[in-house]
Amino acid sequence: MASPDEKSNSPIIRFEDVHKRFGPLVVLDGLTLDVFADQTTVVIGPSGVGKSVLLKHIVGLLRPDAGRIYFHDQRIDTLGERAFEPIRKRIGFLFQLGALFDSMNVYDNVAFPLRRQGGKSESQIRDIVHEKLAVVGMEGGENKMPADLSGGQRKRVALARAIAMNPEVILYDEPTTGLDPIRADVINELILKLKEELNVTGVVVTHDMASAFKVADQIVMLFNGQIVARGSADQLRSCPDERVQRFIQGRADSEELKALNRI
Amino acid sequence: MHDKRIPMPDEITLRPERPLLAAVTNLGAWTTESIQAVGDFGVFMFSVLHWIIRGPGRRSARDTFAQMYEMGTRSIPVVMITGGFIGAVLAIETYPQFHQIGIANRLGGVIVVSVVKQLGPILTAVMLAGRVGGAMTAELGTMKVTEQIDALRTMAADPVRTLVVPRILACVLMTPVLTTYSDAVGILGGWAVAVGVEGVRNYPFWHYAQVGTDLYAINVGLIKSIAFGIVIGAIACYKGFRCGAGAQGVGRACTESFVTSFCIILVVNFILAVAFNNIFVILWPNRPGLL
Ligand SMILES: Nc1ncnc2c1ncn2[C@@H]1O[C@H](COP(=O)(O)OP(=O)(O)O)[C@@H](O)[C@H]1O
Ligand SMILES: [Mg+2]
Repeated sequence: MASPDEKSNSPIIRFEDVHKRFGPLVVLDGLTLDVFADQTTVVIGPSGVGKSVLLKHIVGLLRPDAGRIYFHDQRIDTLGERAFEPIRKRIGFLFQLGALFDSMNVYDNVAFPLRRQGGKSESQIRDIVHEKLAVVGMEGGENKMPADLSGGQRKRVALARAIAMNPEVILYDEPTTGLDPIRADVINELILKLKEELNVTGVVVTHDMASAFKVADQIVMLFNGQIVARGSADQLRSCPDERVQRFIQGRADSEELKALNRI
Repeated sequence: MHDKRIPMPDEITLRPERPLLAAVTNLGAWTTESIQAVGDFGVFMFSVLHWIIRGPGRRSARDTFAQMYEMGTRSIPVVMITGGFIGAVLAIETYPQFHQIGIANRLGGVIVVSVVKQLGPILTAVMLAGRVGGAMTAELGTMKVTEQIDALRTMAADPVRTLVVPRILACVLMTPVLTTYSDAVGILGGWAVAVGVEGVRNYPFWHYAQVGTDLYAINVGLIKSIAFGIVIGAIACYKGFRCGAGAQGVGRACTESFVTSFCIILVVNFILAVAFNNIFVILWPNRPGLL
C-alpha cells in the first residue's frame, strides 16, 4: 500500500532497518518507516509494542542497536548528545505522561524552552505562554503546580510546552489518552490545525482509533517490532490483515479471551 | 509483547552439582558488573567536571543558591543537635580516665581535637548523606522515572548541567559550613559537661583546647568535609540518574545512595587520615602527631 501523495513528498524522518532490544526483550526488529513532511503519520499498535520507544529514537533519547535513522537526509542515530541539540530544537515532544517539571508551576513549565532558547524578553515569553495555554484550553491555570492537575490537564499543559517553540515536527505520544471525548476532539482539531496552518509534520502514537482516523494522512501499525500495515485511513479500514482489523475494531481473539474461561 | 527471547547469560541456570563453577561464574559476573558501574560513574563525573569547568552559567548559579538554602539552612538544627550531644558524651566518657591520672584539666584538648578532626566532619557528613543525599536521590530518581530528565534533553537542556552541577556545588560549599556549626556546638557540649558537670575549671579547659588545636587540625577537618561534600553530592545524583523504574526503583536508589555514600565517606576518611598524618610528619618531623 502506498501513501496518497508519497511521490510529491520527501521523507523528513526515515527509519531504516532499526533494531532495538532491552536485555532479552526485542522491541524494534528491523523497523523501516518513512514520515513525510507536512503530513500527520499515526502509529497504532497494542500497549507495550514499542510505540513510545519508536518516538524516543527520533529525538535521540534512545539509540538503535543497529540500523539507521535520518532527519532531512542527515543521519542522526550516530550523533553525539551535543550534536543532537540543533535537531531537538526543531522537534517538539509530548510525553505520554506529560513529563512536566514538578518543581515549576504551569507558567514556568511552558516558558522553560523559550527561556532556554534565549533571545526573547520576558514580556514576549509571557505572551507566547498565554497564547499556547489558551490553545490547549488551560488559560488561567498559570500558577498551578503540576501535582494539582488532573492527568488530562497535565497532558494539555505538556502539549502547550511542546508547541511553545513552534517546532517543525511534533511527536505526540498518546495525545488524547485520559481526556474526555470533547477535549480529545479539541486536541484532534489542534493537530489538524497545526498541520494545515503551520505546516507542522506530526507523528501521533495512539490507540484511540477515532483520533487516528481523524488526524491521519498515513497510518502505520506496529507489531512484533515491525510495521505490518501502512496506508491512508480508508486503506487501513479495508486492509485484509486480520491483526489490523481486530485492532481497529477492538476485537479480542479467542486466545486473548481464554483466561476469562477460568472465572 | 512477543516472545523472541534470547536467554541472557545470567538466565542460564547452572547445574547444582558444579558449585565451584557456579561460584566462579557469579564472581565473574559480579566483577564485570562492578567494573562497568565504576566506568559508568567515571563517565558521569567526567561530564560533571566538564560543565563545572565550562562555567555553570547564571541560571545554574541561581539554582546552586536555591539548593544551598534547601540543604544547608534546613540542616542546621539536626547537625547542631548531633554535634552537641557527641561533644557532651565525649566529655562524659573521657573525664573519669583523665581524672584518675590527674590530667582532667587537659580534657579541652582531647575534646576539641576529636571533634574538629574526626567526629564533626564524619557525623555531619553522615547526617547530610541521610538527609540531603536521600532527598536528592529521591527527587532526581522521581524525575528520571517520570521522564522529566528525558524532557530536559528534548529541550536541549543538559540534565547534568541543569540538575547535577548545582546540587554537587551546593554540597561542596555547604558541608564545610555545616561542619563548622557542628564542631562549634560539639565543643560547647563538651565544655558544658566538663566545666558544668564534672567541675573542670574554665581557664585550663580553653587553654588546653587552644594548645591542642593548631591550624593544621582545623584545615584537616575542613578539607575532609569538602571531600565528603563531593562524595555525598556525586553519589546522590548518580544514584538518582540511574534509578530503576517505578516507585520501587526510587526507594531502592535512595537506600543504595545512603549506604554507598556512607561507606565511601568512611573509606575516604581513613585514606585522608593516613595521608594527613604522613604530611604532618613530613612538615614537622620533631612534633608528635596528634591523632
Ligand atoms: N528504557 C527501557 N528499558 C527497558 N525496557 C524498556 C525501556 N523502555 C521501554 N521498555 C520496554 O519496551 C517495551 C515497549 O515499551 P513502549 O514503547 O513504552 O510501549 P508502548 O507501545 O505502549 O508505548 C515495553 O515492554 C517496555 O517495558
Ligand atoms: Mg507508550
